[in-house]
Amino acid sequence: MLIIDCPYCGPRPELEFAHGGQAHVVRPADPAAASDDDWLQYLYLRDNTRGVFAERWRHARGCGRFFNALRDTTTDQFLATYRAGEQPPAVPRDRP
Amino acid sequence: MQKFSAWSLIREAFGGHRGWTTQWRRAAPKPGYDAVIVGGGGHGLGAAYYLAAEHGLTNIAVVEKGWIGGGNTGRNTTILRSNYLFDESARLYDHALKMWRDLSQVLNYNVMYSPRGVLMLAHTVHDIQVIGRHIHANRGNGVDNEWLTPEQAKAFCPILNIERNIRYPVLGAALQRRGGTARHDTVAWGYARAADALGVDIIENCEVTGIRRDSRGAVEGLETTRGPIRTRKVGVAASGHTSVVLGYAGIRLPLESYPLQALVSEPVKPLMPCVVMSNTIHAYMSQSDKGELVIGAGTDAYNSYTQRGALHINMHTLEAICELFPMVRRLKMLRNWGGIVDCTPDRSPIIARTEVPGLYVNCGWGTGGFKATPGSAHLFAWTIAHDEPHPINAPFTIERFRDGLLIDEAAAAAVAH
Repeated sequence: MLIIDCPYCGPRPELEFAHGGQAHVVRPADPAAASDDDWLQYLYLRDNTRGVFAERWRHARGCGRFFNALRDTTTDQFLATYRAGEQPPAVPRDRP
Repeated sequence: MQKFSAWSLIREAFGGHRGWTTQWRRAAPKPGYDAVIVGGGGHGLGAAYYLAAEHGLTNIAVVEKGWIGGGNTGRNTTILRSNYLFDESARLYDHALKMWRDLSQVLNYNVMYSPRGVLMLAHTVHDIQVIGRHIHANRGNGVDNEWLTPEQAKAFCPILNIERNIRYPVLGAALQRRGGTARHDTVAWGYARAADALGVDIIENCEVTGIRRDSRGAVEGLETTRGPIRTRKVGVAASGHTSVVLGYAGIRLPLESYPLQALVSEPVKPLMPCVVMSNTIHAYMSQSDKGELVIGAGTDAYNSYTQRGALHINMHTLEAICELFPMVRRLKMLRNWGGIVDCTPDRSPIIARTEVPGLYVNCGWGTGGFKATPGSAHLFAWTIAHDEPHPINAPFTIERFRDGLLIDEAAAAAVAH
């Protein structure tokens, strides 16, 4: 079980959270003008990164709020969590 | 290749079984090939075999970053079935299920195909309606599937609990009699041995680190940890790592890689004659020929490349197993493990050309790729050899996500995910 540090509530067990997929995926600003390729990018194509990955979580069984996290998908180690709307923090190069 | 038969067994017995040779050569990469398959699992090895056996391409190689059978081919729960809802899926999975029937003879290798029947349980009124729809759709597509009452289901699988006082009582079940199991390792080994006999180089411990392209953008070779390899055709069958490999060619895919766990119990005497699956309470179980109960769960909640998962996922599955099969409650679990599965948004696979000339991909099998191994490999080989899809896999493109032509087995939920 992962321990996830909710930016609002503090560290809680993974069971309280729902995973929300890749973070910072931007919906087309003008949906009527978006092409099929724009919708493909927005709806379906994902980075599926092997390494440090920015993703959304929702503290579904806690405060209910969405936030973002940086997690290494090769170890499942969380490097940082941050509030929705914020830019991802820099990843320290000499991380454990 | 040494042919396996009763006669060869007797002959080797007289020699104290010291005359058996290795089943495939330990090949080192040559400077160039006509085609290279990336990924030495069942789908990749099978594709190499069919390229050599049916399309005459023998100057080819399979590169595998680990060892043969060490990925998802050796990590799944070995269930075979073809009871998918949509016409495209029924054609694809039934193509594979038909190939399982004589695969042992074709490969001269016992893959232990056992059509012992797959029961899918209904626990709610909604389940009854959905499963009924599946049964009718399957029959319309020539795929056998039939409805059993709880009593009939218990007669077919006597250890099943059909009491009405459990949280999700069994209200009925769909039975695909042609479904069943096969021994997963032997599928990889059998294809590897048969492909090797036709001259295919099987190169283990060789990880792809780049895809070389010419000035037109077409594939001209691979960079690997064992040196560069020249080739104009590359077929990627790298399951959970497909996004990583195709990323070398700048291609983004509609894939997310999740850990999928499975576990086995201590071995016991035969007690389970079939496969039982429940999508609603997320558990499936069968018994291997060694006597272990083979149990599968759903994927973990988040994408990861760790080849392990969270314990609470297994706990959830085992709670369901203990309620459905009360007699197994005191069994100890021996091992559990995870594999990385690449899931598409509609939970249907991709077997297609990519936008890069000479680069083909077979991916997106998600939680259910093992059952499709021979069919998938056969169609992938066709697609690579002809540079166009076979009619059966023609709908399974990458572009279907752009064009809105999803084959939405995710919503149809014939698959446990």
